[in-house]
Amino acid sequence: MDILYSFLVAPFVDMWGYPVFFAEVVINGLLTGVMYSLVALGFVLIFKASGVFNFAQGVMVLFAALTLVGLMEHGVPVWLALALTMVVMVALAFAIERLMLRPLVNQPHIILFMATIGLTFFLEGFGELLWGSNVKKLDVGIPNESFEVGGILLNQFDLFAAVTAAALVGVLVVFFHKTAIGRALRAVADDHQAALSVGIPLKTIWVVVWSVAGIVAMVAGIMWGAKSGVQFSLSLIALKALPVLILGGFTSVPGAIIGGLIIGVGEKIGEIYWGPLVGGAIENWFAYVLALVFLLFRPQGLFGERIIERV
Amino acid sequence: MLYREAGQFKATYVADQAMLPIVQDRWFIAAVLGLAYVVVPFVASEYWLQAVLIPFLVFCMAAIGLNLLTGYAGQLSLGTGGFMAVGAYSTYKLVTMFPEMNVIVAFLLSGMIAAGVGLIFGIPSLRIKGFYLAVATLAAQFFLSWMFNKVPWFYNYNPSGTITAPPRTFATLMVTGPEATAETRYLIALILVTVFALAAKNLVRGRIGRSWMAIRDMDIAAEIIGIRPFQTKLLAFAISSFYCGVAGAMSLFLWLGSAETEAFDLLTVSFPVLFMVIIGGLGSILGSFLGAAFITLVPVFLTNAPQLFGFTMATDLQKHLEVMIFGGLIIYFLIVEPQGFARLWQIAKEKLRRWPFPY
Repeated sequence: MDILYSFLVAPFVDMWGYPVFFAEVVINGLLTGVMYSLVALGFVLIFKASGVFNFAQGVMVLFAALTLVGLMEHGVPVWLALALTMVVMVALAFAIERLMLRPLVNQPHIILFMATIGLTFFLEGFGELLWGSNVKKLDVGIPNESFEVGGILLNQFDLFAAVTAAALVGVLVVFFHKTAIGRALRAVADDHQAALSVGIPLKTIWVVVWSVAGIVAMVAGIMWGAKSGVQFSLSLIALKALPVLILGGFTSVPGAIIGGLIIGVGEKIGEIYWGPLVGGAIENWFAYVLALVFLLFRPQGLFGERIIERV
Repeated sequence: MLYREAGQFKATYVADQAMLPIVQDRWFIAAVLGLAYVVVPFVASEYWLQAVLIPFLVFCMAAIGLNLLTGYAGQLSLGTGGFMAVGAYSTYKLVTMFPEMNVIVAFLLSGMIAAGVGLIFGIPSLRIKGFYLAVATLAAQFFLSWMFNKVPWFYNYNPSGTITAPPRTFATLMVTGPEATAETRYLIALILVTVFALAAKNLVRGRIGRSWMAIRDMDIAAEIIGIRPFQTKLLAFAISSFYCGVAGAMSLFLWLGSAETEAFDLLTVSFPVLFMVIIGGLGSILGSFLGAAFITLVPVFLTNAPQLFGFTMATDLQKHLEVMIFGGLIIYFLIVEPQGFARLWQIAKEKLRRWPFPY
């Protein structure tokens, strides 16, 4: 009985008893979730437009952050380093399209997925070869001070990250809905062949979408790098983004955001209220189990396209 | 000239349905087995056995297991490392709880336990498909390695958190533990892999294998012709996890000697095994061997290559280069032959049939 009580009742009593603390947990969860969404966004962009489940997104985040830090260590001013990193990510997109995607056109999804894991290994080695593998501090001048609002402790940096993510999503939405390239991207995402037949060049689209994903990776890299330092473990946040993806659906930009928020909050609440009961350090798998439970009810994720199967 | 089936007449159905219908194939397999059983233990050095051949056999086992699930039944799984950890930890628990138990029996029992765990994590496969399922199997990987880290019962309350293979004999021969020779461990691993590869090969030729392939090719159509998708998928998960569990037990008892959960990590085990299956060839038992050979041999080669050619370089530089070349090679092989080495082998056989007079 005691065990049941401590699992099923006590956490809720805690939440009810200390509402301010609970609010703080939720808000912190939301802000962490925003950071997850930033990574998940890159996955969604590429999956939508090319059907490639790009496992290398995490390492692209690391690569962008490494490049930025490396340039800044050589005395390049921040704005120039940012611009140069963008150029590098676009060049990377060209190289990936030319050397990896084009020869693998029409292969099954799993082959492309494997190729992106190969790319993960390659970029990891390449990035560390170029810029070294020790932990680096990334400081692009984002304020990082805590302040209190109504008894809740907030961090300027986290708020800044949330605003950046919102701005990024806003820009992406405008880009997808108002520009010609954006319309072409949506057409390709809908149907490759139909898009080709109305004269949309698939190769250009892929370069564009990988470039956009690269720039999203750069933003995520700046945020994560400034928060926890630029090091190899940064590429493992890809693993954090995966439950966000399956929760939100592979093909939905809003899904990536909402999924990120749900995972962020769920993880924090689970960690704080249920974590101590089972020995802690549950954040590695809790998000996956949470996503799995959602999936049992909606196999395509919250906002994914409905899976229609025909024989 | 050397390799052709012309003139090899089959008089019975049994002969016609044989696993290796061509005489030359049978000779080839016999020669390979003879080499592996008789010649290798005498000529291979300790380093070769410990660093190359035993891990190769362990990964062959895991790759066959994953190939049954992903290559034959079409269910993508990233949880291989987790199931191998189940095998390793449950063998450890069985062997320490029942010291008089035969170690091979413990291997098989822990395979069964892994199969049970696989069944549980296979349940979502009925509703979830493709990459969604792959990510869902990651839950198994992370949850299992967390559990083996956090529950001290699994590592017998050992303060360091590691599990160590205790010395055990099999018919007066020291099989595991620090005193077992590399030759013995190699031979035990080889026997296990031979038996289970043969079992897998026959499994996929029969009714079960065909129902798996039907599910893989299109599960709705398979359901319509009377194959139960739920049972078939779960069976695939169970049998695949059995193989992975035995592979995990082998890796602890015959290869590593002592291990923590990091030895069954996503990046060091689950992905490499998936690479083996894909580079070797999805849906091919032979491919699992070729893929395992490739993935275990390439890093060994890359580590030793600079010395062979007389280069010296800083170790971290070399490590980065290794990772880079490994990734590049994987992409390269996927591009030149997405069907894997098994397909190359098939093409070579076709060519060999017409050699030396191609038309």
